[in-house]
Amino acid sequence: MGEIIVNTAGAIPLTAYLIVGLIMFFAGIYGFFARKNLIMILISVELVLNAVDINFAAFNRYLFPDQMEGMFYALFVIAIAACETAVAIAIIINVYRKFGNTEVDNIQQMKE
Amino acid sequence: MEYTLLILLLPMLSFLGIGLMGRKLSHRAAGITGTLVLTVVTLLSYLTALDYFTTQKVNGAWQAIQPYNITWLNVGERLHIDLGILLDPISVMMLVVISTVSFMVHIYSLGYMKGEKGFQRYYSFLSLFTFSMMGLVLSTNIFQMYIFWELVGVSSYLLIGFYYTKPEAVAASKKAFIVTRFADLFFLIGILLLSFFTQTFDFEAIMGGDGSILSSALGTTFLGASALTWAMALIFIGAAGKSAMFPLHIWLPDAMEGPTPVSALIHAATMVVAGVFLVARLFPIYIGFTPEVLQGIAYVGAFTALFSAIIAVVQTDIKRVLAFSTISQIGFMMVALGVSTSMKLTPEDHGGLGYMASMFHLFTHAMFKSLLFLGAGSIIHAIHSNDMKDMGGLRKHMPITHVTFLIACLAIAGIPPLSGFVSKDEIVTAAYQFSTGMGIWMTVTAGFTAFYMFRLYFRIFWGKEYRGEVKPKESPRSMTYPLIFLALITLLGGFIPFGQFVTADGVPYTIQLNSTVAIISVVVALVGIGLATLLYRKEEKRASWLPSRSSGLYKAAYNRFYIDEAYLFVTKKIIFNNISRPLAWFDRHVIDGAMNGLAWITNRASDAIKGFQSGSLQWYAWVFLLGTLLITLFAILL
Amino acid sequence: MVQQIVFIILALVIALCSVLAVTSKRVIRAATYLLFVLLATSGLFLMLNYHFLFAVQVMVYAGGIMVLFIMAIFLTHQPGKRVATKSSWKVTSSALLAVAGLVLCGVIIVRNLSCAFRVVTEHEISMHTIGQALLGTEKYQFLLPFEAISLLLLACIIGAIMIARKDRGVKEIEKVENEETENSETWEKSL
Repeated sequence: MGEIIVNTAGAIPLTAYLIVGLIMFFAGIYGFFARKNLIMILISVELVLNAVDINFAAFNRYLFPDQMEGMFYALFVIAIAACETAVAIAIIINVYRKFGNTEVDNIQQMKE
Repeated sequence: MEYTLLILLLPMLSFLGIGLMGRKLSHRAAGITGTLVLTVVTLLSYLTALDYFTTQKVNGAWQAIQPYNITWLNVGERLHIDLGILLDPISVMMLVVISTVSFMVHIYSLGYMKGEKGFQRYYSFLSLFTFSMMGLVLSTNIFQMYIFWELVGVSSYLLIGFYYTKPEAVAASKKAFIVTRFADLFFLIGILLLSFFTQTFDFEAIMGGDGSILSSALGTTFLGASALTWAMALIFIGAAGKSAMFPLHIWLPDAMEGPTPVSALIHAATMVVAGVFLVARLFPIYIGFTPEVLQGIAYVGAFTALFSAIIAVVQTDIKRVLAFSTISQIGFMMVALGVSTSMKLTPEDHGGLGYMASMFHLFTHAMFKSLLFLGAGSIIHAIHSNDMKDMGGLRKHMPITHVTFLIACLAIAGIPPLSGFVSKDEIVTAAYQFSTGMGIWMTVTAGFTAFYMFRLYFRIFWGKEYRGEVKPKESPRSMTYPLIFLALITLLGGFIPFGQFVTADGVPYTIQLNSTVAIISVVVALVGIGLATLLYRKEEKRASWLPSRSSGLYKAAYNRFYIDEAYLFVTKKIIFNNISRPLAWFDRHVIDGAMNGLAWITNRASDAIKGFQSGSLQWYAWVFLLGTLLITLFAILL
Repeated sequence: MVQQIVFIILALVIALCSVLAVTSKRVIRAATYLLFVLLATSGLFLMLNYHFLFAVQVMVYAGGIMVLFIMAIFLTHQPGKRVATKSSWKVTSSALLAVAGLVLCGVIIVRNLSCAFRVVTEHEISMHTIGQALLGTEKYQFLLPFEAISLLLLACIIGAIMIARKDRGVKEIEKVENEETENSETWEKSL
């Protein structure tokens, strides 16, 4: 663990990174709940994932600077996000072909 | 004797075949299939009888043979239910009786039921009945017997209710089923009681040994009688239900709503004597360990015999007369069994005479009573009425029916040398040996029998000229041939050396007529016939003599001594009102109410919360997050 | 000092653009705001000295995924058309919940991490080390996740193709092979 230096001028505290990530995360959460459009929901999910990336990287750098796990996990999250997006967008396009739009509330037929 | 299995299998296959093919078969094909199968079965039965009675006797007695016995259900270590075939003198005798009468009825029905709706159904049910009745008499153990016992009950129910569009037939079939079923409940309890103590169902195991197997049942007492006494009495109640003994006889007269050949087969010759057969089958136990029950059987039989003979005197429906006559004759058989005092039957010791007489009477009665029923069917077929009032002077129109009917009447009245005379005489002799009172009682009953049979005969064939709308003519050959055949057996049956074949202990015996008893019987029968001739031979004016003389008794007898009304009073007024109705109310309101209430609550609850299960992922995530936050908040605040 | 200014700018961009991205009425704008957020995030990675992560973020996210998004938007929306919003109470409840969560987590973070940490060794991780770690089998090396991810990527490519291709089951494919010429228009119609 790195040395703790209190209030060093010019330094950015870990809290700042976390707060930024937090705002992004809850913006994503809000979008996930409040939007109807599938693409908008996907965008919200990307925001959530990205917020997690920031946290991984920041924690890694501040708390365990000698190791690289946080960075690698961020890397993997990015890769998985790419996969997820590809599949999700394929689904969205298919849904659009079937229903003519991409609103979640309209896609009720698969329930039955 | 492996082919005996076919006797069971063939009728069952024919039942399934005709029943399943149903309407795809033509009437002709169904009838001929059923009859052909029965022909084979009859031949096989005769062959069995021939085979059985030509095998070597052991120690001078016929031995029981079991060609088949497979374990069907294992109930615990020692108790198991078997299915098998048991051949011994009475079952072989029953085989011959059942197959003969059933075969005759099959042929007869070809003519009688011609053109009826449901002809195929009729024949499949006849096959079912034949199968179950054969199974009943061939059972190796009491549980198998019970199974077939119920099966004959079912087929009887199906055949009584054959005209299911007729409300009376439906009511009669229900009545028959419920009454016999009620009696069968006691039979079942008796079986369970017996097998509980003996740990076996098998007839041979129960009766074959020295009786040590029954000692535990004898040792346990309940309400002053041993468990074995209870078991045997309960089994007799089952037998009484099937055999229409007082007071469980009420179903049999109503069962006449079924087609007449069915009455001849089931309700005269075979099924109703199943009770007699059951008592005969368990005879060694009755005689050896519970003679008090056997005496009770004798008294019940004697009472039923006279009681229903009196009713038969005043009935006007010819089938009802025959039905009450059947009840009376079965009473005779029961009396004969009941008055036996030992298994032995030698010229020195007549203890087992009743048993032999009972079986002999069962045999002869099956023949002449089915002949009477088939004759009655022939008459009904000709003039489309059951009532004596519509009949009279039919002897010129239907000569064959007339002659065969007369032979049967003479036989049942006990005129030598017809078959009924010999067997009835043996019964009366056995009754005199039991006690003089019993002998006189049975002689009087026999006199009544002669009287009501000839009243029936004269009112059908003599008296006023027939003036109905339908021109009566002799029935077709398919109906008259069975009549002739049965009449021949009735004529000659008395000469069968029956004692050589069937006795209680299997040792052959030569029947010797007791001349005193024979003369008394014949005189009484002739008096009865003479009285009937006097009253009913010519004019109907005299026919009203009997009603006017003893109007109170006449009315009571005509209404069958109000037994049915008594039953209705007990069931409808007392049981229905005081027990069933409150129970029904309880069931409908409390139990159903509780169930409905539960269902209502569940319904309401699920109505209220079904919004949660909307299937909307966003909503789920929203709730999930809310929960997470609340838990976090809770954790922080703590 | 410069670092702080840059961080503040990036933080503002992220905060503002994420909120705009999820509230925008037009999908294409939302996607653009998302692009800004992603780029600013890559800036944060740069400030944390994760150069490789920065490059990946820009290439995969800003380069790859954004293209996918924009393609999808063009395929499924008329340009400029506003998207429907949810009923207002749902929006309000979601907003309330999100704000509540934000406040709760913010309180937790601020309370528990009130002291500032500073990086002691601010060195860049060399590509060599990263490559070793990704393809090594030792402790703290990631060959297995790497391979798993590569397999996942392959599966996703195939899956995406299968899903997005025109809706033809096995039977229809056979059918089409048999009567290849005539049916293409009918299929268009049936879809």
